[in-house]
Amino acid sequence: MLELIAVKGIYILMVFAAAAAFASSLLPNLFHGALALAAVLLAVAGLYLSLGAEFLAMVQILVYVGAVMTLVIYAVMLTGRLEETVTPSGRIQRAAAGVSCAIFFVLVCGVLLSTNWPAAPGGNPLPSVKDLGIDLMKRHVFPFEVLGILLFAVLIGALAAARREKS
Amino acid sequence: METLFIQIKTLLVNAAALVLPPWGVTLSSMIISALAILGLGPLIMMYLTLMERKVLARMQNRIGPNRAGPWGLLQPLADGIKMLTKEDIRPSAADPLLYFLAPILIAVPALMVFAVIPFGKGMTAADLNVGVLYFVALSSTTTLVIFMASWGSRNKYSVLGGMRSVSQMISYEVTLVISVVPILMAAGSLSTQTIVESQSGRWYAATPWGLLSCMIFFICGLAECNRSPFDLPEAESEIVAGYHTEYSGMRFALFYMAEFMNVFSICALTVTLFLGGWQGPLLPSWLWFLIKTYLLIFIVFWFRGTLPRLRADHLMGLAWKFLLPLAVMNIPAAAMSHFLSEPFSTAVPLAILMVSVAVLSFFNKGYAAEKRVYHFTD
Repeated sequence: MLELIAVKGIYILMVFAAAAAFASSLLPNLFHGALALAAVLLAVAGLYLSLGAEFLAMVQILVYVGAVMTLVIYAVMLTGRLEETVTPSGRIQRAAAGVSCAIFFVLVCGVLLSTNWPAAPGGNPLPSVKDLGIDLMKRHVFPFEVLGILLFAVLIGALAAARREKS
Repeated sequence: METLFIQIKTLLVNAAALVLPPWGVTLSSMIISALAILGLGPLIMMYLTLMERKVLARMQNRIGPNRAGPWGLLQPLADGIKMLTKEDIRPSAADPLLYFLAPILIAVPALMVFAVIPFGKGMTAADLNVGVLYFVALSSTTTLVIFMASWGSRNKYSVLGGMRSVSQMISYEVTLVISVVPILMAAGSLSTQTIVESQSGRWYAATPWGLLSCMIFFICGLAECNRSPFDLPEAESEIVAGYHTEYSGMRFALFYMAEFMNVFSICALTVTLFLGGWQGPLLPSWLWFLIKTYLLIFIVFWFRGTLPRLRADHLMGLAWKFLLPLAVMNIPAAAMSHFLSEPFSTAVPLAILMVSVAVLSFFNKGYAAEKRVYHFTD
């Protein structure tokens, strides 16, 4: 019974995520759109959680909802469009957005259909946080270090860009 | 006494098992834990308000609330009734949905983090194996809700408070997360229950790196829940009440509730991570946990009674120029203590940390804020 509820619950989450995604792109108000995007990200975190990937779900909330969305909203507030309830978008913009979305959808569908989804053998395929850490430090240590250097460079670059010139 | 609450729950679940099918029993076990937490949150908040008023009053040589009930014990109830019966005001220009949703949504993460706090031996409502991460992730969503409230009420003081709150929370959250890393390394787990159990021999706060980590975590936690001396987002002498300027009645009470519940959960998590959690001699585990937590909460109120509010640039300077580098240096120090044997495992981290504190203080010493020019609005 509980498993049945859980299985049906995934569909509810999926529908919610899709609805929020449409809302985030269709709402005329920038701020509402950004909040709908936060709802999408939360729903995706919920999907991860229901699939047993707790760590991924928490990182998703921490990084995307907690940090990235806050930055997005900060940027929206700095655009000075706060009082206007409607942000006008031109007809060409809409057409371009529609076309690029359609192309992206087709590409993703192609990847999804052509991938052979291997079912993990054994009942419990979920890697623990410890396994993730060991994997990151042993098997994937090179990409990990490259990412570290990249982020460090970004940090220094941001500091350099934000530094005030001494007069 | 030790297993009082667990026995009560077992009793209730067994009673449910008489009438319900197996899945119903599982469900009712979850619901009982959830209801306990849902009831606990508001109860804690109500009496924290009274405690804060009493403690502050004593520090200011007053008596504090003493009219409603003995020692003012019914004061929170009276306040609650007053809040509920106040007129519900909504600014005509406010964004209806966001203005309505924000006070509800802000209480959700504040209540949800209670799920991973180990209130006693075997008394964690949901012992997730990513417990600490769950706490950090949920409390980071509060920023968004504060933004909703501040933007939704269409008031310039609200927006100012919201902006301040967000910049403050982003800055301190980074340091907060990094300051927990040494503990996670030492315990080898993200589960709050395991972290408490790994402190059976020695509290983490009794090691040099643990003590530093504890202080950084506590300071950043105070900043995260906008408590004094980090209460710039709701500085009443500058921007009325910050992001909840336009809220009154029960909506305001929900913001207030979230703030007090956050204070409780930050103190509870500090106890869990650094001060041995529910471990202690003689008394039952949950009592030890509450004693330690309320001691920390007393310190929070003490701060409010003692320290003046920080200035915005000092606030940022403290986070980025002092606490963050110190928290980063704390990670190698903790690693050293893990790999060295006894006399060195304390001495080497202590030396590293003392040198880094000295270096950081030296580089921060010359820092004087530039003179600011204030403009009147025209």
